[in-house]
Amino acid sequence: MPARIGVVTFPGSLDDRDAARAVRLAGGEAVELWHKDRHLHEVDAVVLPGGFSYGDYLRCGAISRFAPVMATVVEGAHEGLPVLGICNGFQILCEAQLLPGALTRNDHLHFVCRDQRLRIESTATPWTREYRPGQEVVVPLKNGEGGYVADDRTLDELEGEGRVVARYLDLNPNGSRRDIAGIRNAAGNVVGLMPHPEHAVEALTGPGTDGLGFFTSVLAALVAA
Amino acid sequence: MARVVVDVMLKPEISDPQGQAVQGALGRLGFDGVTRVRQGKRFEIELEGTGDDDLLDRADRMAATLLANLVIEEYAVRLEP
Repeated sequence: MPARIGVVTFPGSLDDRDAARAVRLAGGEAVELWHKDRHLHEVDAVVLPGGFSYGDYLRCGAISRFAPVMATVVEGAHEGLPVLGICNGFQILCEAQLLPGALTRNDHLHFVCRDQRLRIESTATPWTREYRPGQEVVVPLKNGEGGYVADDRTLDELEGEGRVVARYLDLNPNGSRRDIAGIRNAAGNVVGLMPHPEHAVEALTGPGTDGLGFFTSVLAALVAA
Repeated sequence: MARVVVDVMLKPEISDPQGQAVQGALGRLGFDGVTRVRQGKRFEIELEGTGDDDLLDRADRMAATLLANLVIEEYAVRLEP
């Protein structure tokens, strides 16, 4: 039986369908989770998708982090449940304090939408274990508030503990400190990523299939667990 | 009914590209001498209850829980007369 990967839909989520499709293309069973639902329906991992949950009101992710489903996701995350937050999902994970730092408005103030080259720097997560350390990938990036900030001590800690999961190559598209595109928690099960691997899972609709590895990785991790 | 005002601002060390854009626009409009602009948020909260300390304490908890992200922002709470 394929592993069950939950994808949460908040009001204003955009990429929940694409994330579910990526799960299926990787060979998993995608399970729709609703923001009002406290129950995770026996999923083995959770994806918080991109979009503009609650219209980005107040701050991106600030209201979503208090959605009923998040109480259960946070609880699960502390017990080792693999959680991947993409774009708005990354913002939610930071607001929920599952990941340190915050995402702020792009330094150039423009919404950015481009195929972005990244270097995968940590493969010690259930979401990246099928990549090679240092592997370069291209996945779409699209955000208005994707500038990763944290104080120097936190940044040093992230770097020192190998918790930078992905870094921007070629150019820094949003002013993120130290070119950080994604990070993980200390245990490794929670990963936040600003670019969108779920949009790079098929040659027809993306720049390639470099993003599929995030989804095949978690399936492999769940089998190994 | 009491009214409490919560001002939320980015911490000084966090860059504020919106404030910078506003500063640039002010310069283009001929407003001279603008050396810095910081943009923030103001919340006006109408609250049931009495007792200044209690009202301020409740607003303070709202600010710390939801209105501000203390990683990047700071806030100030005051009672409106």
